[in-house]
Amino acid sequence: MHSDRLESLLENSRGRPDRLIEVLLDVQDSEGYISEHAMRRIAQVLGVPLMNVYSAATFYKAFSLTPRGKHTCTVCMGTACHVRGAPLLLHELEGQLGVLPGMTTPDGLFTVERVNCVGACAMGPVVILDGAYRHHMTPAALRKVIRQLRKAEGQAEVKTNA
Amino acid sequence: MPELTSVQSLAELRRQITARRASFKTTITICGGTGCSASGSQPVVEALRRELAGRGLQNTVLLRTTGCHGFCEQGPLMVIDPGGIFYCHVTPDDAAEIVARTVVEGQVVERLLYTDPVSGRKIRTESEIPFYKAQNRVLLSLNRLVDPTSIEDYIAIGGYAALEKVLAGMKPEEVIEQIKASGLRGRGGGGFPTGRKWESCRAAHGSPKYVVCNADEGDPGAYMDRSLLEGNPHSVLEGMIIGAYAIGASHGFIYVRREYPLAVKHARQAVEQAREYGLLGKNILGTGFSFDVEIARGGGAFVCGESTALMASLEGRPGEPRAKDVHTVEAGYRNKPTNLNNVETWANVPHIINRGAQWFAAMGTEGSKGTKIFALTGRVRNTGLVEVPMGTALRTIVFDIGGGPSNGAAIKAVQTGGPSGGCLPAEKFDLPVDFEALDQAGSMVGSGGMVVMDEHTCMVDVARYFLEFLLDESCGKCVPCRLGIDRMLEILNDITAGRGTPQQIELLEDLAQTVAQASLCGLGKTAPNPVLSTLRYFRHEYEAHIRDRKCPAGVCRALISYSIDAAKCTGCGVCAAACPSGAISGAKKQPHTIDAGKCTRCGICRSECRFNAIMVA
Repeated sequence: MHSDRLESLLENSRGRPDRLIEVLLDVQDSEGYISEHAMRRIAQVLGVPLMNVYSAATFYKAFSLTPRGKHTCTVCMGTACHVRGAPLLLHELEGQLGVLPGMTTPDGLFTVERVNCVGACAMGPVVILDGAYRHHMTPAALRKVIRQLRKAEGQAEVKTNA
Repeated sequence: MPELTSVQSLAELRRQITARRASFKTTITICGGTGCSASGSQPVVEALRRELAGRGLQNTVLLRTTGCHGFCEQGPLMVIDPGGIFYCHVTPDDAAEIVARTVVEGQVVERLLYTDPVSGRKIRTESEIPFYKAQNRVLLSLNRLVDPTSIEDYIAIGGYAALEKVLAGMKPEEVIEQIKASGLRGRGGGGFPTGRKWESCRAAHGSPKYVVCNADEGDPGAYMDRSLLEGNPHSVLEGMIIGAYAIGASHGFIYVRREYPLAVKHARQAVEQAREYGLLGKNILGTGFSFDVEIARGGGAFVCGESTALMASLEGRPGEPRAKDVHTVEAGYRNKPTNLNNVETWANVPHIINRGAQWFAAMGTEGSKGTKIFALTGRVRNTGLVEVPMGTALRTIVFDIGGGPSNGAAIKAVQTGGPSGGCLPAEKFDLPVDFEALDQAGSMVGSGGMVVMDEHTCMVDVARYFLEFLLDESCGKCVPCRLGIDRMLEILNDITAGRGTPQQIELLEDLAQTVAQASLCGLGKTAPNPVLSTLRYFRHEYEAHIRDRKCPAGVCRALISYSIDAAKCTGCGVCAAACPSGAISGAKKQPHTIDAGKCTRCGICRSECRFNAIMVA
């Protein structure tokens, strides 16, 4: 990550161990992941042992230690979405992209995520694609969305399903 | 804006705002909550703004984007005052007609009105719609009246008047007495009496003292806290300031989930505005009382809704709970006395101060007072946020407000209380919804999620779902929770995959007891509830999976097969074209068939078929 950007995120947290989660969230939002370099620097600036930074970065779901794909597709797995068919959506996505939740496709295009409820329960099942909420999703609609994105990225469609 | 330096200056400001706004003859309110935003409310706002500017109406028509109105299923929602005309499913293309007909001519655009699904009648105003009619929206009704990014909107409707009243002449002990007399109990799930908590925290030794707002609403299927913080953040903040005054706290936190970006943004703005206006910070309203609030985001861990885990997270550590032999009101954040209340609890405080403890205590039942917001979701016609007095019957909520089944399938259960709660069967729908009644029935009010389930919902799968959720969210600190849930999940995986044995049910009950008794925090202690309540009321479904190797609801993939109803199939070929595994075949305009060997049960054909011809059994 660009060190100027990291330094500016750390600016108000010098010597503040209590700011650890906030700082990690800022880095995650800005860079899409927490690099080893970032963890070492955070430990230094906040005055926290590196082990504690690593411990927090691996405890909370918000953080990823590997870079994210170009597109992130998050399936809401809350109860309301579940009873309206969210597992079928996740299954479809896994089949289409060949990766499990938390993983990124080898070409770096897609990251699949699952989240335990985004609080848009009335609109379920919900899929969040690059920050935009798609409501009342069906496996077929999700398939089309992935197909369109693939096309836009100049990739051939994959015809098999898991 | 000059800082308010006395209690009187706040009332003066309220008069000024009202006078300044007298020029607006019409108000158009558009819901900008997460639900309506997802259905596209922002483009509607922009289209209306252009339309109003084009007609030179921007100074007489107030266009207000607000938080969630609750009836998310019908979004984007719009209300036009005076008259309270209620439009639903509004699109940008409707903007010109709305301005020309409704704003200018005062006529109603019939096609945008809500249609009552029972009578087929068009309904003109919000208050006449059955979904709203049976509710008592003390907290939620304010969402419609304020732009959450405007402190002046909140002040204009009487916001911060409770703080005014408290600072002008109430002693901290009197505030606590009021809250105690109201009977307010914690809305986050525990149901602990709020006034008693405040009293213990005030009496605790140590300084500084802290107050914290728990907005880490992790219960899947509940989103009232998001809606309140997103839609009316100042009401939560006002409650916190009053609480801090009563307890003697100088610093506060709002701990909010990062999965709620809009709530984070609005809470931050509200805190900044309150500081600018002198309602937070040093010497609030010139009374010598000082209090400030910081926003802390959660890192996406369900267990952080637990008080001790939340405080660990606030200190920058992993959210692992500790044993609560010493309560957080004695030693919480940084080992100092800390008072933690949920968003909805804080939002109730200004109302109690303004209207009096007696008013609040008059609503509800013997042990549960006031109103409670429920998130009504799942397989029910009207989904959204519902606020009713405590003690309202489940049936009223599901059928009168929720409108009953969404697609003709019989409703068989309601899951309340999230992963800590349980499933209540249809024969229990006459239960009054309050803390005691739901506890006795094997469930709980919890944070207020209500997920409706019908005959297409498999109760064994639901129990499995919650265990999977809890295993994923268990922090791993104590063994009963970490390993016990895993073992229970293994059994349910066996049962849903068709490998279950009758002996496993007994083992499941045994494990459930151990996990409930031996876990460290609430997450583990209540983890077996979804399993125990489904075993109690839906044992026959478990037996069908084990004995008959059948999933009666048609959900568990290993136990179902897809087929096509020849009487309904028109041979349109949409399913065959959509099937990713080439399992569907048939001649044009002739009923198609599914090759069970090739079918992966992905559900695509079912979601594509327009004739409801795909059967799952």
